[in-house]
Amino acid sequence: MSERSELPRRLPSLRGGDSRRGPKPAERSEALARRDNSEALARRDNSEALARRDNSEALARRDNSAVLRARGLRKEFGRGDVLVRAVDEVDLEVAPAETVAIMGPSGCGKSTLLHLLGGLERPTGGELLLAGSRLDKLGERGLARLRRTAVGFVFQAFHLIDELTARENVELPALLAGRSPRDARRRALELLERVGLADRATFLPAALSGGQRQRVAVARALSNDPLLVLADEPTGNLDSAATLDVLRLFDSLRIAGQTLVIVTHDSRIAATADRLISMRDGAFIDETRLTGGTRGNSGTHGDLGALAGLEG
Amino acid sequence: MGRLTLIFRLAVRDIRHRPAETALALLAICAATAVLTLGLILHGVTANPYQATKAATKGPDLVAQGPDASQVAGVTKLAGVTASSGPFPGTAASLGTSGYTGIAMVQGRTETANAAVDQPYVTAGTWVRPGGVVLERAFATSLGVGVGDKITLNYKHFTVAGLAVSAAWAPYPELCQTGCMIGGPNDPAANAPDLNGRPGVIWATESDVRSISSYFGLNYVVNVMLKNPAEAAAIANGGRSFQANLTSWQALSTADALLVTDEQTVLQVGTFMIVLLALASVALLAGGRMIEQTRRVGLLKAAGGTPDLVAGVLLAEHLAIALVAAGAGLLIGWLTAPVLSSPGAGLIGTPNAPSLTPGVAGLVLAVALGVALLATLVPAIRAARTSTVSALATASFGGARRPRRHKRLIALSTRLPVPLLVGLRLAARRPRRSLLTMASAALTTTMAVAVLAFHSTAAQSYISQQGIANPIVQRDSEALFTGTVVLILLAVVNAVFTGWVTAVDARHSSALTQALGATPRQLLEAQAAAQGMAALPGVIAGVPLGIALFAAASHAHHIDLPSAGLLVLAALGILAAVAALAVVPARAVARGSISGVLQSETA
Repeated sequence: MSERSELPRRLPSLRGGDSRRGPKPAERSEALARRDNSEALARRDNSEALARRDNSEALARRDNSAVLRARGLRKEFGRGDVLVRAVDEVDLEVAPAETVAIMGPSGCGKSTLLHLLGGLERPTGGELLLAGSRLDKLGERGLARLRRTAVGFVFQAFHLIDELTARENVELPALLAGRSPRDARRRALELLERVGLADRATFLPAALSGGQRQRVAVARALSNDPLLVLADEPTGNLDSAATLDVLRLFDSLRIAGQTLVIVTHDSRIAATADRLISMRDGAFIDETRLTGGTRGNSGTHGDLGALAGLEG
Repeated sequence: MGRLTLIFRLAVRDIRHRPAETALALLAICAATAVLTLGLILHGVTANPYQATKAATKGPDLVAQGPDASQVAGVTKLAGVTASSGPFPGTAASLGTSGYTGIAMVQGRTETANAAVDQPYVTAGTWVRPGGVVLERAFATSLGVGVGDKITLNYKHFTVAGLAVSAAWAPYPELCQTGCMIGGPNDPAANAPDLNGRPGVIWATESDVRSISSYFGLNYVVNVMLKNPAEAAAIANGGRSFQANLTSWQALSTADALLVTDEQTVLQVGTFMIVLLALASVALLAGGRMIEQTRRVGLLKAAGGTPDLVAGVLLAEHLAIALVAAGAGLLIGWLTAPVLSSPGAGLIGTPNAPSLTPGVAGLVLAVALGVALLATLVPAIRAARTSTVSALATASFGGARRPRRHKRLIALSTRLPVPLLVGLRLAARRPRRSLLTMASAALTTTMAVAVLAFHSTAAQSYISQQGIANPIVQRDSEALFTGTVVLILLAVVNAVFTGWVTAVDARHSSALTQALGATPRQLLEAQAAAQGMAALPGVIAGVPLGIALFAAASHAHHIDLPSAGLLVLAALGILAAVAALAVVPARAVARGSISGVLQSETA
């Protein structure tokens, strides 16, 4: 309860505007393209978020405005009679600064798709482009480099390293990317402050609540300024209060221009997205555009904004 | 009864499902018990051959030596003397063969081989004749000399007429253990040959002995039989007032046994180290199984199994493996013993059949079961104490047993390249496992350095003996080789076990680190670095420990240390091997997909 009441103070830099008024993705891309100069950047509070947006923009121009593009993406497990097609001919494009939510029942292939998009799994077939690189053609080193520089992961189970403090967990990706210990530490502290955990930097994960752990995981995902953050059921292990914390955090990321793909069961977090994709049996079955994630449209999830409970 | 059956069935099923791990555990305990068996049954192996030689050569109970024939002959007047031979004249001689020079005690004998006491038993060729000499068999074997070969004694040429064994002299190279009467030249100004090295016995005709005695003079030997041979040692020890050196058959028997005494020391020391390594191997195996089977433990408990049942299954598995391994080790040790228990060329007859007594078998069995029990107890208790919910919630034991945090090492690691960063953290998160790795490396290095010191010292000894082979060195070398091979085998098993356990234990954090951008190669290098860093202090400590071990075990007054370069090379080799061996299981464990590991394991 106390966390909930403290949250507005913790996220000043990421809460850059009213989420209800957020532009549509295409409009935001256009706006960003127009502001491709230092003057525009200077007007923003969060220069890093803009720098990331600028990168996404450059990438988008190079690759027809998509940070991520999948064509006929397929993932099969087993063979013969026990062949399971976890991801079945999926086509997906994610624009810079767009937030895409993927929903579906358990076992429909959402997580597998997310792992394919982040290069944790190799597709059986199809094309996958991230940051202009063909992920499906990359070797292990190339995939690792891409995960290091272009992707940030947020997992349902947090996956923090038990023996490392919050700060050490957050600085790990930066160290793996070859940053100096001082830079990595500075960046980690900055991110922890941004997610409202500056005072928990020296705490071990065991001493943090579920919501705090997930916020550490989000900070870790942002450590190397990734083009794309992939979140797999980020609120799956959290109680209501912690879920609200994380919802607000993701909303702030979205507003700050971070490209996000979120796999979720939670309609409240899906409601914060620009686009909602429904998945079943490994394939996309429905796609709904949401306006800034908090205003419902006429689609199936029209009332998700109310469910999100961000108003309160 | 039903409970025991359940434990048995669960244990058997688990063993059958893990053939590779079971085989490695069997190998570890089997190697330790085989070497232990060897060490135990080598006790007294020369007793029988000495008695056989004594009987075949009418061996004396007491031997008297001295420069004065009449005083030496006084021994025949002792009470209880039943037979005697001598005095036989003898002299020291420089021995020359094709390519070698050595030193010999040449004893004069009649051409007729009919001495009442100590008539050497000819094993090849014929007895002495003018110009024809007979060499003690162990001496001839070391020199590489056979019947018909030409030799020189104090510059005079002779032909080897035969080879023989005797119970009156300790065989080469331990002749002087019982008194060899090698003195300086009669006339220091004379052109006497140098007498370097260890002497052996040569028999020649009395006239031939006198013909070569001008440099070193004559000594005399009288052999006697006693009515009560058991009194020989007491007579010899009490004979200080007697004007001759007295040697009892007991002293001769002990000198004969020197051939295997050192060997036995080597095996005993080796056994101790090998048992320690086996203990480490089984501890790693049991700990590793627990990491893998935490979920199974949870299922057993959830299905109504008590903590006793969980601990019982783990203990039963390892005790069963230990029993089978001990049986195999006993058999291997018993079958191998004759190879190492040969009495050598100085004696005739075969040693006692290796005595696999109930005592030996019981001790070996107890050690094997003790190793299994000690190594399994902690993981078994831990398994029993693991909470059912926590065990079911995680497939990784890491989730139930939190890794250790070493703040300073974590801070230090941030300054290192990625493989060392991850490796140092891997090594630091399980300090007890790192200690086992360190201990294993220390034992291996200690043994390796002791072997190097042995060979270095033996090589110097070989040089000082003008190239004559030393059968004791050869025997010790064989025993050391056996021990070292077994030790290296166990060290390899240990390194593989450690690598496997570390990789399984760190599966989650490794998958996560990969998800965060580390390459598979960097993680394999990290595994190697983790093992290498844990082994490093052990390797460093092993160098002086190895030298100290050799000094203590060999009772050597002078040790010729191996060159610093060789020691560094050996240490680096062990370190590299430990690191490389860690990669093998790590590669196997890393085969699963990152997402598979992250999805199956909770933080």
